[in-house]
Amino acid sequence: MLITRKVEFSASHVCRVPGWPDEENRASFGGAANPHGHGHNFVLEVSVEGRPDPVTGMVLDLRELKDLLNQEVVSLFDHRFLNYEVPPFHEVNPTAENIARNIWQRLEPRINRDGRKLRQVRLFETPDLYVDYAGENECFA
Amino acid sequence: MFRLTRRYRFSASHRLHSPLLSEAENARIYGKCNNPYGHGHNYILHVSALGPAGGADGRVLNPRMLDDFVAREILDRLDHQNLNCDVEWFEGRVPTSENLGMEICRRLKRGWKNAFPGEWPRFEKVCIEETARNIFEIDADEIA
Repeated sequence: MLITRKVEFSASHVCRVPGWPDEENRASFGGAANPHGHGHNFVLEVSVEGRPDPVTGMVLDLRELKDLLNQEVVSLFDHRFLNYEVPPFHEVNPTAENIARNIWQRLEPRINRDGRKLRQVRLFETPDLYVDYAGENECFA
Repeated sequence: MFRLTRRYRFSASHRLHSPLLSEAENARIYGKCNNPYGHGHNYILHVSALGPAGGADGRVLNPRMLDDFVAREILDRLDHQNLNCDVEWFEGRVPTSENLGMEICRRLKRGWKNAFPGEWPRFEKVCIEETARNIFEIDADEIA
């Protein structure tokens, strides 16, 4: 069974590869490379796989998941400029892909226990662009 | 491995009517979708690609390149058109969203290597929302 919890955070970022000349960053990232950054209302969907506990009837305590997402993601990312305020994005280009992988790495060790498994994170940068990450195993939900 | 999905919109009209069926059968099978003058939808199209995002830019692909490709192959052909009369994709076929989705998937698969040479990104699937309640998903592997 798959349980999905959704949270939102608003943050700014600038997408550029540090080693590239300005023209190359602009050609590749367009407006996303504007030096002072820009923002999004990111939406994150986290999907956890597991079986309902025979007594509680729950795969996991959704309050616990809510607290975990607040602790590991929202409290760190919300209303921040990712490149300046949220490591490792001072040196890792904060594309939706890299943000999704970073969130996966934060959550996986804390979710994978008691028969539960983080199955997928889906990050909407805008309603028109979203990425799914399921670890390196490609097993998308 | 990442899946990147981009969402697009187009508006088009269609009428579901098969020349292989009688008037009465068409009316029975397609219901109001068979009304003679057709009707329209605000379609939403999701296009998904897979890739490792392993390059320096940290992306599956450049979204603007995907936008140009999808506009050229699909949106410019369908937006504000009558699928029965203005689009030659459905000669002899009924422009159901199943057939529309298959045709979009086929065209994106056919042009993909030209737009994105190299092993990655790979075209994975499309999803069409005919309305918020009717949703059709077609995997590139379903296309011969």
